[in-house]
Amino acid sequence: MSEAVGVVGVVMPKWGLSMTEGEIVEWLVAEGDTVIVGDELAEVETDKITGEVEATDAGVVRRIVAEAGSRHRVKALLVVLADPAVDDATIDQFIVDFPEPPEVEESDAAASAYETMAVGDLQIRYSVLGEGPAVILLHGFGGDLDNWLFTMGPLAEHHTVVAIDLPGHGQSSLAIPDPSADGLARVAWAVLDGLEINDVDVVGHSMGGAVAARMAAQQPDRVRSVTGLAPAGLGPEINQDYIDGYVAAQSRREMKPVAAVLFADPSAVTRAMVEDLLRYKRLDGVPALLGGLSDVWFVDGAQAEQAQVADELAALTKPTLIIWGAQDRVIPASHAESVKAFAEVHVLDGAGHLVQMEQAGEVNRLLVAHVGSGAATTP
Amino acid sequence: MADNPFPLDREGLLQAYRTMRTIRGFEDRLHLNFAKGEIPGFVHLYAGEEASAVGIMMHLRTADRIASTHRGHGHCIAKGVAPHEMMKEIYGREGGSCAGKGGSMHIADLDVGMMGANGILGAGAPLACGAGLAAKHRGDGDIAISFIGDGASNQGTFLESLNLAAVWNLPTIFVVENNGYAESTSRDYGVAVDSYIDRAAGFGLPGISVDGTDFFAVYEAAGEIIDRARNGGGPSLMECEMVRFYGHFEGDAQTYRADNEVADLRASRDCIALFRGRVEGAEVVAAAEFDAIDAGVDALIDDAVASALAAPEPDVSALMTDVYVSY
Amino acid sequence: MTTVVGTRLITYREAINEALDQEMTRDPSVIVMGEDIVGGAGAPGEDDAWGGVLGVTKGLYGKHGDRLMDTPLSESAYIGAAIGAAASGMRPVAELMFIDFLGVCLDQIFNQAAKFRYMFGGKAETPVVIRAMVGAGLRAAAQHSQMLTPIVTHIPGLKVVCPSNAYDTKGLLIASIRDNDPVIFCEHKALYEEQADVPEASYVVPLGEANVVREGSDCSIVTYGMMVGRSLEAAALLEQEGISCEIVDLRTLSPLDLETVTESVENTGRLVCVDEANPRCSIAADVSAQVSRDAFGSLRAGIAMVTAPHTPVPFSPSLEDAYIPSVDAIAGAVRAVTS
Repeated sequence: MSEAVGVVGVVMPKWGLSMTEGEIVEWLVAEGDTVIVGDELAEVETDKITGEVEATDAGVVRRIVAEAGSRHRVKALLVVLADPAVDDATIDQFIVDFPEPPEVEESDAAASAYETMAVGDLQIRYSVLGEGPAVILLHGFGGDLDNWLFTMGPLAEHHTVVAIDLPGHGQSSLAIPDPSADGLARVAWAVLDGLEINDVDVVGHSMGGAVAARMAAQQPDRVRSVTGLAPAGLGPEINQDYIDGYVAAQSRREMKPVAAVLFADPSAVTRAMVEDLLRYKRLDGVPALLGGLSDVWFVDGAQAEQAQVADELAALTKPTLIIWGAQDRVIPASHAESVKAFAEVHVLDGAGHLVQMEQAGEVNRLLVAHVGSGAATTP
Repeated sequence: MADNPFPLDREGLLQAYRTMRTIRGFEDRLHLNFAKGEIPGFVHLYAGEEASAVGIMMHLRTADRIASTHRGHGHCIAKGVAPHEMMKEIYGREGGSCAGKGGSMHIADLDVGMMGANGILGAGAPLACGAGLAAKHRGDGDIAISFIGDGASNQGTFLESLNLAAVWNLPTIFVVENNGYAESTSRDYGVAVDSYIDRAAGFGLPGISVDGTDFFAVYEAAGEIIDRARNGGGPSLMECEMVRFYGHFEGDAQTYRADNEVADLRASRDCIALFRGRVEGAEVVAAAEFDAIDAGVDALIDDAVASALAAPEPDVSALMTDVYVSY
Repeated sequence: MTTVVGTRLITYREAINEALDQEMTRDPSVIVMGEDIVGGAGAPGEDDAWGGVLGVTKGLYGKHGDRLMDTPLSESAYIGAAIGAAASGMRPVAELMFIDFLGVCLDQIFNQAAKFRYMFGGKAETPVVIRAMVGAGLRAAAQHSQMLTPIVTHIPGLKVVCPSNAYDTKGLLIASIRDNDPVIFCEHKALYEEQADVPEASYVVPLGEANVVREGSDCSIVTYGMMVGRSLEAAALLEQEGISCEIVDLRTLSPLDLETVTESVENTGRLVCVDEANPRCSIAADVSAQVSRDAFGSLRAGIAMVTAPHTPVPFSPSLEDAYIPSVDAIAGAVRAVTS
């Protein structure tokens, strides 16, 4: 690492567990521009997704190292930011001294990233990244742990991040013996127990948010904080058409408009994303499984009684963070009102239901600031 | 020398042995060279079956025609196709019987009446009916023979051809080379009749069944039915019950055969050894004469392989030629 | 016991075996027949001696016994029997070892199976799958290497599938077995050893849906089978020249997902059809004509077709290699329509 003061290298991020390289689609800033933390610097495309690399520091864009159209490995130097007072020779030296990114074979990256654990009769797929206080990430209805592909890397810089595929989802066993929030929460605790992790910050998206809250209710002594991203259970409204459409979709033509409902910007739905969704949906038994899960969580077009979490969270008095996308068309952002009295609430513009993907930078900053803010009550 | 009790004179006996031995040498060498990876695609070897091809073909004129199977090298050699050209063809080289464009399964030489090996089992039977029809029109006593395996003897095309040849009284003879296996499936499983004579009767033509490893049995039976055909007596079905020493194709592990099956067959039913034993035993031909033929054949095969390896691959322009007689 | 859902690398050939195995387990009316698909029938050596001429069905006999049936060497008889059983309530999967053998059983396929439902006024169902090896590259010469997909695609009443990778193969074969129409399932023999990530669980890839395997903006390449891999190679070369190719893998030839093709052409404005079949009446010719009819206004250049030549498949390796459309030929066609 360079010792130069006031010089920052922004590198190719790691989105998701199997990413090994990305391509610069276009630069959104030019040399000489001044940027602040969170400004979008460049659009980057990987096999799975296109996203923006954000400035991690404030400064002036001094040297764009990676040309548009070029491909670079994760952690490769893309651009140098610095204070205007720093001279060009120092910038040059910084670039020369900057370490080469490590080579990782894509198949190795993917293989070492995912593991499975037996929980009762089920095989649960999960991955663990990073070191530090533990955080568990729980995806929502019909999702999988790759929903967290923008979240895991940044969070793992100072935490042990555990993400799981819930039963019936991703590459976990295609069965959901207990589809209630309690049942799913118990599976999550079982995975943490298997990893010998005692204390944890729980983070959940959508249905996973309600499951995270239930984890805290089941074993409050082990939970430091709760974060819900557009969580289920804070109000009755649910876009049942979306749920039904998702359960029924078997072709690309059917799935694409359903997936588009998840985003404020429908162009975020790429062919690769639709293909990944379809590969899951087309497994034997998945539509029936999801239909059964929907019948438990969503009754007569509304969220079912068992998912009423606001009161539960209030009683737990854990540091609670709720983040919503203002353009959420699956669960309305207005549900955040029900916890405003005791939770930290952020409603982000430019994001739909998958807020952790559409406003990844802001969500990550809020999350990093929040986890580790409380302390478990057992030593 | 003793009196000759055989249906061939000494010259004929030597020729029979030379031709069978050439087939054996050719196939044995292909077996070796294929295992070395020199030969592209697939080959199906005739080793063990020589008495059928030679016992029958020795009755034929150049103008007589034969349609062969995928296992056609023996028929080619017995009918007079040049081994050097065959070898080049199998190696895919210029100068091959088919200019390198047919390969082992499609070797043909119409100049010597060889209408081609065939990759479609049973497809030769209708072709042989056509050749018989032409011969009948010419009226000079030429005949046609369709060689077919026990497996393909169930093909509709074959059965339809039996009927057609009988209906039109064609000078077409059907020879079922029954080596006991249709690829990996036994003849007993795949053929409902116990005897091909019954099948022939079912289609209205005479049938005969011989031990295909006994050269002289083949030769004599073939002689009868070929004469009959030449003289307007119509088609026949002849079964040669025989053995193949190698797999269906080169690379076949032959796990469907009993453990010592091939070894036992080589020991007891090698048609060439049996022939040689009988002729030497009758003291009509001396061992040294047979040995000399062996050496000559080995040299011939060596030379054929060498010339094949030395021959160039076809020019890429050959890809586009000879689709039609005229464009 | 719950279904394991992990994916693992398996070959195209193993994917076929797995699809057959899982469908036979799921549905007792599924039977599998063909020449040597078990091997050694009636012979004194091992049972299951071959498991198919290239080992595709190996091991199924041990699990499903007599529901696998070796046949005598008589395609018109046993393909016809499979079709009759399908019209009588079974779901047979019959193997036509090489599609080149289509000639000896074509009547059963195109005049019987294909036409029962139409001729009998909608009162018949013929849920038969005929699996056949297609394609060149193994030096098997003229009568064992053809891509006869156009012939079966031409016939109303038949469905035709030709997967390019192990993932699609398993899902499409399962979908084909579950389909109630006769399906000609074309397996490219040169792809048998190609691996892909395939779920252990059963799943379907629906018939009639093409797959965009590579997104691009300058030219659409529409293709299927072994040519998908070659098109991807050509696209990688062209990327370095600044030409961005989109590749549509048709997967099912009949019914054809023309909509995905025209959507692609509307985006790129240029079309190259790549087809291992001979050129006359090929899939390439068919797709080109339909795009011309439906998306003419979007085209900024004439449509190019890259196919095998109008010849039989030659034997000699150098000639066979010249016969099969090459990566260079594909790239050259793209350059020509984008220049």
